[in-house]
Amino acid sequence: MARYLSEHLETVRVHVRDQKDEYKRLSERYNAQWTPTVLILDADGEERHRIEGFLPADDFLSQIALGLAKSAFQRKDYGEAERRYREIVDRFPSSEAAPEALYWAGVSNYKATGDPSALRATTTAFGQRYQDTAWAKKASVWG
Amino acid sequence: MPTASSSLTWSHDFDSALTRARDAKRDVLLDFTAAPM
Repeated sequence: MARYLSEHLETVRVHVRDQKDEYKRLSERYNAQWTPTVLILDADGEERHRIEGFLPADDFLSQIALGLAKSAFQRKDYGEAERRYREIVDRFPSSEAAPEALYWAGVSNYKATGDPSALRATTTAFGQRYQDTAWAKKASVWG
Repeated sequence: MPTASSSLTWSHDFDSALTRARDAKRDVLLDFTAAPM
C-alpha cells in the first residue's frame, strides 16, 4: 500500500493534537470535522474525493484509486480517467467503489470518443454484475 | 488512516507538499488523523 500511495500521490498527514494550528487551518479550509478524514486533492488543492472513517486496506486503496480517477476526470483527461476507473473494477471487484467506477469508466470513454456505444456497453456490463446497485439503475437509461 | 501509515513517509508540511504536487502534476493525499505519530 505504501508504495502505491507514494508512487501516485504527495502524502501529507496533519495531526489533530500535535499540529493544532495547522490542523485548525486545514480542517477549516476543507471542512474536515472528524478523524480519520482523508482527502484526495488535485495539484491546485481542490478536493476531488473524501474518505471519512476507518476502512480496511483494500477498501481504502480502492477509494484512493477512485479519488485519482475522479481527479483525472475533472481535469478532462478522460483516457487516464477511464484507465483508472477500469483498474478499480479489475483490482477491487468486490469493493463499494467498483460499481461507481464501472459507471464512470463508461462515461469517461464516451467523453473521450463521443461514441454512445460506450454508454450502451456500460449498461450491458451492469447486466452481468452489480445489478442491485444505484449505479446500475443510473446506467439503465443508456440501454 | 492507520492502514496507510505503516511504512509510508508522510510530509507534515502541507504547503510544501502542494508545491511539489504542482511541480510534478500529481495529486495530494491529505490525512487528518488522531492516531499516534
